[in-house]
Amino acid sequence: MEFWITQAFNGISYGALLFLLAGGLSLIFGMMRIVNMTHGSYYLLGGYVGLTVIGRTKSFPLAILLGALAIAVIGIGEWNAFLKRLSGQELGQVLTTMGFALIFQDLALITWGGDPYTIPVPAMLSGAYTIGQLYFPVYRFFIVAVAGAVAVILWLVLERTRVGAMMRATVDDPEMARGVGINVYRISMIVFALGAFLAAVAGVVAGGFVGVYPGADFEILPYAFVVVIVGGMGSLKGALIGSLLVGLLDNFGKALFPELSYFTLFAPMAAILAVWPTGLYGRT
Amino acid sequence: MRLDLFSGERWVVPAIVFLLLAISPPFLSSFLLTLLTQALIYAILAMSLDIILGYTGLASLGHAAYLGLGAYSVGILTTRYAVGFSVALAAGVLMAVVVAAIFGLVALRATGVYFLMITLALGMVVWGLAHRWVTMTQGDNGISAISRPDLGLPWSLALSIPFYYFALAGFLVSFWILRAIVRSPFGQTLVGIRESESRMRTLGYHVWLHKYIGFVIAGGFGGFAGVLWAYYNGFVSPVDLQLATSVEVLLMVALGGRGTLLGPALGAGIIVFLKNLVSVYTHRWLLILGAVYIATIVYAPEGLLGAVRQWAQRARSNPSRSEA
Repeated sequence: MEFWITQAFNGISYGALLFLLAGGLSLIFGMMRIVNMTHGSYYLLGGYVGLTVIGRTKSFPLAILLGALAIAVIGIGEWNAFLKRLSGQELGQVLTTMGFALIFQDLALITWGGDPYTIPVPAMLSGAYTIGQLYFPVYRFFIVAVAGAVAVILWLVLERTRVGAMMRATVDDPEMARGVGINVYRISMIVFALGAFLAAVAGVVAGGFVGVYPGADFEILPYAFVVVIVGGMGSLKGALIGSLLVGLLDNFGKALFPELSYFTLFAPMAAILAVWPTGLYGRT
Repeated sequence: MRLDLFSGERWVVPAIVFLLLAISPPFLSSFLLTLLTQALIYAILAMSLDIILGYTGLASLGHAAYLGLGAYSVGILTTRYAVGFSVALAAGVLMAVVVAAIFGLVALRATGVYFLMITLALGMVVWGLAHRWVTMTQGDNGISAISRPDLGLPWSLALSIPFYYFALAGFLVSFWILRAIVRSPFGQTLVGIRESESRMRTLGYHVWLHKYIGFVIAGGFGGFAGVLWAYYNGFVSPVDLQLATSVEVLLMVALGGRGTLLGPALGAGIIVFLKNLVSVYTHRWLLILGAVYIATIVYAPEGLLGAVRQWAQRARSNPSRSEA
């Protein structure tokens, strides 16, 4: 019983981290159909920038904010210079963003070296609650809280604001959206920046949890993709459910069948896609 | 009608290339010969991917999985059960074909971005097994000490020149078979599906079945490349089938030219040489490789052969430009 509770808790908190990473990616996918291999790099670079900021300022909130803003700017630059011209060309998108991912990987290696780091978390977020034999790190609750807050804010923005309505319109039918006078380019840029911003938030948050290290970018990238495709591109609800599903499957897979752990994650994903090719909440 | 660069003497350019490949070993250093061998093997993989990417129009993000399946089959069978070449070859290709036949059922329900993503997830399934199923695959340590096959020839394949010819033979066989496939009515149907799926369906072609067979063929040749790779390298590890490798094969095809066979082979050669030669001179080869990715899409979106073809087309249409 304790095993199940602990693993479920770990799975949910990992799912929360994945939601931070993949929520924005899902909107990017849904709106622009851009396959962004750089998304994992945003996560990693966000973590590194956060690490530097916290080294200078000792402020964890500032690390999250500055890390995320810096990466959002990088994302806007990449989108503006290259990606907006590649709409509908999946191969071009994959290769261009892969090129950026490799360049960012190397630049990160030059700047921060090859050693793994852990971002120091504030005292109030360290430690753990213990209930009987059970042990719940506070930091994991924090991740769930951040993801929950982001989910609520995103939902409110999408459902209750004018910009959100424009975003949804662009996801549903870009041509019609353009036709009724929505500046699809500007909306796309905002969404792309938002996705990069959230990926970097995930990177800083993860820095206090799994650490920041070379290779983390390509390690997490398939998870983000799988969350998005299983949930359905462009669906916030799908991203949320997909994140929890992937987080739980990953944790239980690793705990129960260590030798087959990735298989137990990706094979069910493929099975879900075999039944619903556009994901659980995706639209064709 | 699309203008073909090699129309008329279609065989001349390939013939010259193959002649050069055949006579080059004595003139090359052993390092360069090793790279050329590696390029030939990757060329098979890239050509096989092009069957679905260039000819059918489906970009797969999991093609390295088939390389891995072929290579791991050889690695496991030869190091554990000491099987001979023919059994290992058959098992490696069969393994890739069977897995492609299963994956194809799942992946071909989608197109475009969804196809990319599903093939990515499927590729990760195979990678995950290589990475974690330690009792079978030895995990991240990989399988080492795979010895070169003994074909009963007077030349030992443990030496680099005989192995080069062995790889060249594998490449040529693959090239001729794939060329026969893409020129056959079946291959032309794939091109038709790429150009307009709905039209081919209206004409009464079984679109799904054609795509499926193309997908399985691509997987099978990917597995064959994997068999050669395992023997060449003597070592297989999860790196061989990770996501970055799958993307790299996509780059090879895009760089050389989609929808051709020599294009992907050329792209494979360029990337293999670039990676290895640049890393001799600088640690910053990832930066350069990244720049090549971006430059390919910016400057040669149709690949090098595509650029040459466009150039030839322009040269030919120039005299009649006055009417424009």
